[in-house]
Amino acid sequence: MRHWDRVNDRRDDAGQGMTPARVVRAVACLVALPLAGCGTGVLAPRGAVGSAEVMMLVDALAIMLTIVVPTIVATLAFAWWFRASNTRARHLPEWAHSNQVEMVVWFIPLLVILLLSGVIWTGSHAVDPYRPLGSKVPPLEVQVVSLDWKWLFIYPAQGIASVDALTVPAGTPIHFTLTSASVMSAFFVPQLGSMIYTMNGMTDQLSLIADRPGVFAGRSAHFNGDGFADMHFAMTAVPDGDFAAWVARAKAAGGTLDAAAYRGLARQGVLAAPVTYRAVAPTLFADVVAQRIAPAAGPPLTSPASTVPKHGAPEPGEPRT
Amino acid sequence: MTLFGKLTWSAIPFDSPLPLFASGVAALAIVGVLGWVVATGRFRYLWDEWLTSVDHKRIGVMYTLLALVMLLRGFTDAIMMRTQQALALNAPGYLPPEHYDQVFSSHGTIMIFFVAMPFMIGLMNFVVPLQLGIRDVAFPTLNSVGFWLTATGALLVNLSLGVGEFAKTGWLPYPPLSELAYSPGVGVDYYCWALQISGVGTLLSGINLVTTILKTRAPGMSLLRMPMFCWTSLASNLLIVAAFPVLTATLAMLLLDRYLGFHFFTNEAGGNVMMFMNLIWAWGHPEVYILILPAFGIFSEVIATFSGKPLFGYRSMVVATMVICVLAFMVWLHHFFTMGAGANVNAVFGIMTTIIAVPTGVKVFNWLFTLYGGRIRYEPPLLWAIGFMVTFVIGGMTGVLLALPPVDFLLHNSLFLVAHFHNVIIGGVLFGGFAGYTYWFPKAFGFRLEPRLGVAAFWFWLVGFYVAFMPLYVLGFLGMTRRMQHYDVPEWQPWLRVAAGGAALIAIGIALLIAQLVVSIRRRDSLCDTTGDPWDGRTLEWATRSPPPAYNFAVLPEVAGEDAYWGMKQSVRDEQHTVYGPIEIPRNSATGIVCAFFATVMGFSLIWHIWWLVIVGFVGAWATFVAFAWRDLADDVLGADEVERLDRVDRPVNA
Repeated sequence: MRHWDRVNDRRDDAGQGMTPARVVRAVACLVALPLAGCGTGVLAPRGAVGSAEVMMLVDALAIMLTIVVPTIVATLAFAWWFRASNTRARHLPEWAHSNQVEMVVWFIPLLVILLLSGVIWTGSHAVDPYRPLGSKVPPLEVQVVSLDWKWLFIYPAQGIASVDALTVPAGTPIHFTLTSASVMSAFFVPQLGSMIYTMNGMTDQLSLIADRPGVFAGRSAHFNGDGFADMHFAMTAVPDGDFAAWVARAKAAGGTLDAAAYRGLARQGVLAAPVTYRAVAPTLFADVVAQRIAPAAGPPLTSPASTVPKHGAPEPGEPRT
Repeated sequence: MTLFGKLTWSAIPFDSPLPLFASGVAALAIVGVLGWVVATGRFRYLWDEWLTSVDHKRIGVMYTLLALVMLLRGFTDAIMMRTQQALALNAPGYLPPEHYDQVFSSHGTIMIFFVAMPFMIGLMNFVVPLQLGIRDVAFPTLNSVGFWLTATGALLVNLSLGVGEFAKTGWLPYPPLSELAYSPGVGVDYYCWALQISGVGTLLSGINLVTTILKTRAPGMSLLRMPMFCWTSLASNLLIVAAFPVLTATLAMLLLDRYLGFHFFTNEAGGNVMMFMNLIWAWGHPEVYILILPAFGIFSEVIATFSGKPLFGYRSMVVATMVICVLAFMVWLHHFFTMGAGANVNAVFGIMTTIIAVPTGVKVFNWLFTLYGGRIRYEPPLLWAIGFMVTFVIGGMTGVLLALPPVDFLLHNSLFLVAHFHNVIIGGVLFGGFAGYTYWFPKAFGFRLEPRLGVAAFWFWLVGFYVAFMPLYVLGFLGMTRRMQHYDVPEWQPWLRVAAGGAALIAIGIALLIAQLVVSIRRRDSLCDTTGDPWDGRTLEWATRSPPPAYNFAVLPEVAGEDAYWGMKQSVRDEQHTVYGPIEIPRNSATGIVCAFFATVMGFSLIWHIWWLVIVGFVGAWATFVAFAWRDLADDVLGADEVERLDRVDRPVNA
């Protein structure tokens, strides 16, 4: 925990310069919601992917507001001015058609949509979750398995794993390969951008990066059963040099995640605290994806009424690091 | 296998007081109303005039009543969710997850399938034949069957409150969570069978209205002379006919998985959740246009009438409506941009989605120019329309934002999404429903709704909507995911409390609507509409008296242009030389209600695996159809003399 505190201190000390990302963030906060809580949501991005997406959000919003605001004003103005009691207003009881007006009426939305289509096409490709992030630093590989109701992170190159806590080096692209042990979930770190679904028997890919050290809330963004609300994790981006130290500490503690330990972990319930594993069976992720390890079970098929056992039972086993 | 399948006493939630109390009250209310009806000798009237009626107007009223009653149920769920989330910061609140999950699932299911759908279908049923200048829909008894099957679905969903449980999988039961392995209870079965049965009802209603509009219009009523509401109804019902079979097939596959061990959507044996998502949204996206298009039609009628002008750009509106109708089927993938389809796929569906904003924008501008140059009368229906125009534009904008895949990656499944679709469904469909309800109420019952309470209800709804849902947009930006039973982020709570306050304002709005109905019934003499045309209307429903006779029009109107009734009012009618003819009036039929009774039995026993009763229900429903098919006499004939006598008596005083 001491370690996390230090990371937070560094984030607070981060520079005050007006980087483009900061400008975007400030504009987003001003335009979209003048509120104090801008600090932890999607409008406070801490990485290139999130920043790009917020930029597109602001662009699109600005494009649309240029037409939406006049429309709302005109609606209220027309409705008020042409009230029956206003004898000064023009009265055109038969006016129901005008080619010029019709032209404008069709072409204004069309132009807006043309502009937005450009944003959509370039944006969809720019933040395609499968697209590697342009960076000189080679990406860190992380395999993600959504369990009922916890997140398993496997670091294949390091041979370690963690549950409900994700530690990565800041400034290094993270390449996630994601699957699900059972039902569908969605991996989402709001401040870093792009959520993506996890599904059993198949993988998705996603690249994210944290620009600076910090602790970011991560959660499941797709409802997946009674334990859904507790299925969150802290994502800690540590300074580059500290990551190796964290890996070394993780390798020195915790148990081994083999198929048997995985089956225990995959049982429905939530963990009382995050866990790390000193070693991971090298083919574990591939086995889950290929269903050589069967999909995790749901609640027992017993009485017809309420059948789901109370969630929240702590898993047996691993001590917290 | 036992006599009652899976059904045991443990299905009654004796340990959870809330649903037990709620279902107890509901059951008492139903028994009480029925008891009162029987005790006061009104059962015969109820049975003859309403339950077995095949009159499109009566069926329309019953659809609308079903929608309004179910609105109370769905809104109760909403209040529970808003209060739970207002309380549940680092706390369990008062609804445990296994209840909370049922509450949000039943809220969505009820609001879409048993409020929005019957509200729109009810208004279409009531109004379309009158606007077309005809005497009934194409298939009157089929219409009755459609309504009663919808009622069956609503009944089954509400039965789950007291017997067993409802689905805990959201309003769309995504597998594999909804598969037997992860949802072994009867909740998903309640959901599926309720929607399968009511879905058949909706499909029948769609076929009926499409046929009615395409084949049975008044003389001279060409397609391009139809009122806008008829056009949007046509588009909506075409979508029903095209899309509801997809829903039925998708749910059938899920049921095969759950009942017979198939593997359409399971994790194992080649099942694939992605197929379910594509299929369900291939129905689900057209569904939102099924709901909003009739509302667009209502606003078109209301804005034109209360501006005292024809609808601006009528042909443009027709084109826009049909463009929406077609595009509705080409955008379903935007509901799962985050599934990891490639950038090209996402971009194409994103662009297709934003293209729908073009015809929708055209509609908004045309309403705007309908207001221009008008003499606008601020009656409650118009207030709903103005409130709609402002609110819907905002909802449309947030919708287009979500249509950008990069933005959707940030906001999908968040409360921003929840705020968006409530923005368009409340601000669009529900406001449209209320506008239509207030607008056509005098036509249905012969007296207007009390306007001051209507105005008050409108303002509470409007302000309540903004207070309840604008905070949800903010919460989406703050990273709050939907469907959270509790949470640990302190910044969220103030916004959730404001939202709960908004829900309270809406509750007052609902109370005012109920008060308006009660007060209006009590003061019906002073609110009486003797003219048949209380709003100075433009379309044919105002050409007959209020309420219209069973046959709608003693003599079918001759249509000479758009805004048919407006044209008639401008010219002098030749009253003396009206030539009356005999009128065939379809006979009442118990087919619908009897068939629905057996369908309810069948659905309930399918849910609980009571197989012998399934057979009874199925055979009963089938036999009802067969008995109807072998009927000897379909219509009663009203002689020309009798029609003339009635018409002379009933003639509106201003005619």
